[in-house]
This record gives sequence, structure tokens and C-alpha cells, in this order.
Amino acid sequence: MTHGQGSDGLELSSLQDLYQQVILEHYRRPRNKGPLEGATHTLTLNNPLCGDVIDLMLRVEGDRIVEVHFEGKGCSISQASASMMDGVLKGKSIPDALLVMDTFTRMLHGDADAAAEPELGDLRALAGVSKFPIRVKCALLAWNCLDELVGPEASRS
Amino acid sequence: MHTPDLTHVDAPPAGYDIERIRADFPILERRVHGLPLVYLDNAASSQKPYPVIQAVDSYYREIHANVHRGAHELSIRATEAYEGARSVIADHIGAESADELVFVRGTTEAINLVAGTWGAAHLAEGDEILLTKMEHHSNLVPWQILASRAGATVRYVDVAPDGSLVMEDYDRLLSDRTCLVAVTHVSNTLGVVNPVAEIARKAREAGAVCLVDGAQAVPHMPVDVQALGCDFYAFSGHKMLAPTGIGALWGRREVLEHMPPWQGGGEMISEVRLDGFKAAPIPHKFEAGTPNISGAIGFAEAVRYLRRVGLDAIHAWEADLTRYAMDRLSVIDDLDIYGPRDDRVGVISFRYADIHAHDLATILDQKGVAIRAGHHCNQPLMEHLGVDATARASLYLYNTRSEVDALVDALGLAAKLFGVA
Repeated sequence: MTHGQGSDGLELSSLQDLYQQVILEHYRRPRNKGPLEGATHTLTLNNPLCGDVIDLMLRVEGDRIVEVHFEGKGCSISQASASMMDGVLKGKSIPDALLVMDTFTRMLHGDADAAAEPELGDLRALAGVSKFPIRVKCALLAWNCLDELVGPEASRS
Repeated sequence: MHTPDLTHVDAPPAGYDIERIRADFPILERRVHGLPLVYLDNAASSQKPYPVIQAVDSYYREIHANVHRGAHELSIRATEAYEGARSVIADHIGAESADELVFVRGTTEAINLVAGTWGAAHLAEGDEILLTKMEHHSNLVPWQILASRAGATVRYVDVAPDGSLVMEDYDRLLSDRTCLVAVTHVSNTLGVVNPVAEIARKAREAGAVCLVDGAQAVPHMPVDVQALGCDFYAFSGHKMLAPTGIGALWGRREVLEHMPPWQGGGEMISEVRLDGFKAAPIPHKFEAGTPNISGAIGFAEAVRYLRRVGLDAIHAWEADLTRYAMDRLSVIDDLDIYGPRDDRVGVISFRYADIHAHDLATILDQKGVAIRAGHHCNQPLMEHLGVDATARASLYLYNTRSEVDALVDALGLAAKLFGVA
């Protein structure tokens, strides 16, 4: 039996796309991880299947997101995605933040146009997740928090 | 019970025809992402050999009909096959008679059955249920549900840093308030084999009933329920080469006979009137509705297969392979293995540097290596270990040293991608 030693070719390029340096940096040195003074919105969500947890904290002034913090534990994808959120959303209006979320979600489902959107910033590094459909839920965990906190369903209730 | 020695196996057992065994499992021929499948997720579910697949197939082709109902040829044949399967499985675990073996969907349903019938009939306010901190959620949540209904308390025996149960803690917690002790035979995360005979004996001396979760034991070692001295023993078919959706609850006759029925319906009655019913004798009292006939037949065929290879031979093969895997994994820098170094079975949970278990599983999968990542339905144990998830490689009779090598190579790829030295 052989087990493909030395045949790193195809799977390696997909994995290198998935685990880009910028993702590992966010995973190992997360931005804005920790409590948020004056948070106006907080929500904890977990993925019961794998145990990943994100506690998202927002400070919203008027309809503008001033700061995003998080606490959490889980895989590199879920933690990096949460860590990237502040850099992308800081200063955006809630409708604009939700547009970013929509573009990001489309990118994770393989939409190449969405992946080319400069407004996604560091989040574009997560484009490789689209080749690993079961990991999309990891990338979206923090964004599901955002959606529940300030998305269309939240404002209706 | 015969406790196999896990520490003094120097070489793979002679005469163990691994190539022939592998050839019996069609799925092992397939490739994943262009590479040979290396299936190391056996603690979650095992693969199926031809004889099991063929037994289910020929049942449907040749003899399917409902059981215990008709006087026609097919129903008679199906009933014989179904009840014959019960005898094969009951014999295999040393039951006194086939009546003591109840077919269920799996270990989870077996435990829920005991909680829902024996538990509901015997537990009262102030009573205690004694579990351990290493129990699978399926040997934990049913008791929590029962305890909250009955006003009873659940207590947990501590787990030592090496993964073994703290028996002094068991002795301390076991009291005349303890109604039931429920413990896993083999941990699905730590690979540790618990001293269930001693636990059952002490439970009996304290006047408590003892249930053993055998889901990770029966597939891998000879088990004799009478020698263990427990009152209930639960296990699943799908972890031991059988189809999914079939499992067994063994119960001591006098305990089963005094239990109220579980679900109501056809099959579980001997007589129904408008003002009530009379339950069927055991085991049918607990088998309402048309059972999983093909599953039971596949289950018996799986037992026959395991017996042909021999549980002692399988155990020796796995012990050697486990030792080989422990040797190869334990020399990797920054790789931490949970559970004991020796005296363990081939369920190996580990963490590697700061690479999260899910990332490891994704990377290994791209190399064709299937492992489990997460909490393994063991959240309280994970919390006890101070981790949120582990990677878990689990071995079975068809795994090889070269597959362990493939695991180690794939871990090398993970290290490269994550820049782990």
C-alpha cells in the first residue's frame, strides 16, 4: 500500500489557500479579543457540532459600528474570521456592515466577484474556505452573531 | 472476564491475515481526494465487510416479511432469522439466555430504555445516580433527564490525570442512597479500560444496580456479561461491523422481568382489551413496533465475522497497532496524547501544537486520512481536561502500520502549513 507520500500537489494548493499566512496571524494574534468597554450589543453563539464559540461585542453609536470585540475558542477559521471583523466594520453604518456580511457570505459560497471586492479587506484571505463547504459555518460563526444582533430580524423585534 | 494484557505484545500476532481481512471491506478500496482511504474514525463507526452487506441484501431479496405475525413461509423464515440473530448476539456476550437481549437502535436507545423504565419505576426523591466524568453524553443526559423528573441527584466519579477513574472517589460516593451506577467499559476519548467488574461488584454490595456502556468495548475485546457481574450492558452494532440503527441491551432476567414496558404498540403485548393490556414476556415487552429485522440479521453476521477472525486475535492486532501508533505519535514534538500511555485501547485523542482539532481534521482529510475532531460527545470530560476539542484517531481490525504512518505523514503536512517547527 502507498499513501501518496510526496503527492502533496493538488490537496496542498487548496490547503495553502485555506491556511494563508494572514489567517494564521489573526488566529495566533487575534485583534480586539477581550472585553469591550461600553458595548451596546453582545451575543454568544456556538456551533454545537464542533464546540466553537464566539462571544461578539459591538459598540454602536447612532447607526454606526464604532468598535467590535470578541471572545471565543475554536478553529483557526472561526477565530480569524472574528478577529478580522473589527478592521472591516469599524466606522461602517449598520446597513453597510450587513452588505459586507452579504458579500463575505457569497464569497464563502464560491462567488468570485464577491471575492474580488476590496471592501472585504483581510476577509478575502478566507476565500479558500469555499473549497471546504463544511468549514463555511466556522467562517460565519461571528457573522451569525452580527446578523442576530443588528440584522433585519433583530431590528424587527 | 478475561482482561487482555495490553502491555506485552511484541509483534503483530502471527497468522493474522490482514490482507484478507482488508479485502473483505469493499470501502477500503476507495480513494478520497485521489488518495487511498485511511479510515481512523472507528470509534465513531466501523466499516462493513461483504458478509454483513450480503446478509442484509439476501434477507431483502429472499425472506423479507414482518416478524411474529404471519403464518406464511416468509414470515416464519424472517422470524427465525430475527430470533436466530438474537441468540447469536446473546451467546456472544455470555448471556444466560437469548430472552435477556433486547434489540434497540443502539447504545443510546438502550440507556434511554433503562432510564425510562427501570429508572422511572425505581428512582425517588433523594436517590442518587452515580456516573463518571468520562461518560459519553448518551450515558449522561438520559440520567440527568431522569434525575430531574424523579428529584434524584446525579454524582460523578472523578477522572485522574492519566485518564483512569479515581476508584477512591467511587468508594466515597457509593452509598445506600445510590440506586444506580452507570459507567462506560471503555472511554471513547481516553482509550482507558475501566475496572467494570470491580465497579459492578461494589455497586451490588451497596444495593445498587449497575449499567455498563459497552459501545467501545464489545467491538474490540471478548466480553462476558455474567463474569462482569453487571445488571445491564448496552452496545451498538454499527461500531462492530453491523449496519447502523441496530444495537442491543442485555439485562439480567430478573431485572428485566420486573421492569415496566417502554414504548407501547404492537409486538410488545400478549393481550389488549379496551380496559388495558397485558405485556408480552421479555424481551418482546421492550420491542414495540416492527423491529429492525435486517439490522438484527446484519448484526448477527457481524458477530459471526468477528468470531471467525477471533476477538482475541483482533485484540492482539489492535494492541500491537496501538502501541505502534503511540510510539510514533509520542515522539512528535508538541503533540499531547490524552489518556494512559500503556494499558489502553486504540482510541487515541491528541492535540498538536496550537493547531485546532478541526483544522487538523481538514488537513488530514485532504491526505485521505479520516479522523474525528471535536468534543466526541464528551463535553464534561473535555472541560475536565481543560480543552475544547481534541483530534481522535481510532483503530480497528483492518487498520495497518502503514496507515498509522500515513497519519503521521499527514500530521507533518499540518505542521508545515501551520509553521510548526
